[in-house]
Amino acid sequence: MSALLDVEELQVTFGRTAAVRGASFRVERGETHCLVGESGCGKSVTALAVMNLLARGGQRSAKKMSFAGTDLTSLSDREMARLRGNRMAMIFQEPMTSLNPAFTIGSQMAEVMTRHKGGSRAAALDRAAELMGRVGITAPGMRLGQFPHQLSGGLRQRVMIAMALMCDPELLIADEPTTALDVTVQAQILRLLAGLKRELGLSILLITHDLGIVARVADHVSVMYAGEVVERAPTADLFRAPQHPYTRGLLSCVPVPGRVQRDRPLGSIPGVVPAIGPGFAGCAFRSRCAHADETCTRAIPRHQAGDAHDYLCRLEPDWAELQPA
Amino acid sequence: MTAAIEVENLRCEFRVHTGLMSAEKRVVAVDDVTFSVPAGSVLGIVGESGCGKSTLARLILGLLKPTGGSVLVDGKRLFDLDRKARARLIQPVFQDPFASLNPRRRIKDIVALPLAAQGTFSRGEIERRVGGILERVGLSAAMGERMPAQLSGGQRQRAAIARALVLEPRIVICDEPTSALDVSVQAQILNLLADLRRDLGLTYLFISHNLAVVEHVASEVAVMYLGRFVERNETDALFRKPRHPYTQALLESVLTPEPGKGVPDIGLGDAMPDPSNIPPGCRFNPRCRIAVERCRHEAPKPMVRPPRGMVECHLA
Repeated sequence: MSALLDVEELQVTFGRTAAVRGASFRVERGETHCLVGESGCGKSVTALAVMNLLARGGQRSAKKMSFAGTDLTSLSDREMARLRGNRMAMIFQEPMTSLNPAFTIGSQMAEVMTRHKGGSRAAALDRAAELMGRVGITAPGMRLGQFPHQLSGGLRQRVMIAMALMCDPELLIADEPTTALDVTVQAQILRLLAGLKRELGLSILLITHDLGIVARVADHVSVMYAGEVVERAPTADLFRAPQHPYTRGLLSCVPVPGRVQRDRPLGSIPGVVPAIGPGFAGCAFRSRCAHADETCTRAIPRHQAGDAHDYLCRLEPDWAELQPA
Repeated sequence: MTAAIEVENLRCEFRVHTGLMSAEKRVVAVDDVTFSVPAGSVLGIVGESGCGKSTLARLILGLLKPTGGSVLVDGKRLFDLDRKARARLIQPVFQDPFASLNPRRRIKDIVALPLAAQGTFSRGEIERRVGGILERVGLSAAMGERMPAQLSGGQRQRAAIARALVLEPRIVICDEPTSALDVSVQAQILNLLADLRRDLGLTYLFISHNLAVVEHVASEVAVMYLGRFVERNETDALFRKPRHPYTQALLESVLTPEPGKGVPDIGLGDAMPDPSNIPPGCRFNPRCRIAVERCRHEAPKPMVRPPRGMVECHLA
């Protein structure tokens, strides 16, 4: 069976700045795929490019970008608008800024349904109430009449999720959905997403900077750095045998309770992400990499490290076992 | 060991007008908090947003006037000191280095400001000290000539740390110092803070919602809930054997990078804590999964727990 979302060689530019430089990944049906990376790596822009929601001046091109067999690059704006919020829905980091403060929760949720599927407002409100119950909001009848500012951050994000589910989407794109929330609420929202995936067969493209979240919810992971997917792997493989020096560095930066000794420095990656101008060639990580040599300025091969596990680096698989860390 | 900071029965209330016709509400943001931090150690303070941890930081910095209680720094009553004397003892590092650095000044002028404000340092002395501290936090002299917008997030936070340390204070209050940073940069900043503490003999109050970070940096941890410390202990003891059900839930909600473990069910329910409407009895009882009848009408008193801790729970 073909992947639900298949992106090959996605390029996004803003003027002379390349935000995404040939990113390729596939979201299989019924799985959670994580795009992970630090700020500025192009993970959010990738999601926006898929939804055709790039800010003015953003140009996208791709060798292939298909959703459930439909070529997304060939769709008109109108056809894309029919897909968005309907068969593919998106939720964002800050639910306060994605909800309209001037309309009630109920009217915003109902609009999604009446706009895409038609039908009466009453039927749409029934569906909204049902979904609010499904995402764990108590007293949905009362909430429908409330305005966004009357809800806590966790409740607003639940509303956003319920709204995204109004038209039974096949794909949910979630861009840092729990970053603005407390850890306790984060756990509740991620449990909710995992439950929806299981019970509704939803596919999720989750964008996050948090490796803890990746480990706990993803089936597959794509690690992004400076606009490229530098490593792709099934989640367990990525954490057991990370190959790209950037992935390994990132993992060593995370303090793990009970595992990292206090008074010992954490691992860290020196330097900063380089500016990528036109004509940049070779590995974008080389200026921060302890293993870089002159070959890193040339084209970089993609090595296979296992089933569905590949990475973009001159080093051969399992290079790390051959030398001390 | 002498205490660098002693806080006794600290309390802070706000009066809030919620609407034209509705009555004035009283919000108790910090409710009778008592603790001391030995010189050279790190007290981590954790809790959810709205629990009062940042208000506590502002009280200890002297930016807010408490409703009651006292803060002793180095044996001196903080509220008796003037601003200049306070600035020499205690300095802050805030979460967002974008918001806390003046965008229209060069980095070296921002770092020099606490010295200039004292009014007792010569120009040469200021230049010498600023150069020294910039180097110490890993910023080159060229960086000092730049504006904040020309620096990355990590470099800006280094500048904020340099500004906090330039007066050689005893105590630094770090309020979410790495929450706005990427993980690789967070690690650099945490390592820098650890080095500085060791080399300069600093005492930190380290406020964070990230328990993994707190476990890494703190020697003692206090858990704050609706304005009170509900549990406090040495870091290892608290993480190994959390006693308060709220502490347990917080620790369970930490998502360590361990694949296959899934997302835990922390069972806290939907009721979010509201500081303007603190429930009677134990303030945690509406969200507590082991609460009994007694918890609903009798507030628990702090009980001593080994090795050097306390907990406020009838059942712990």
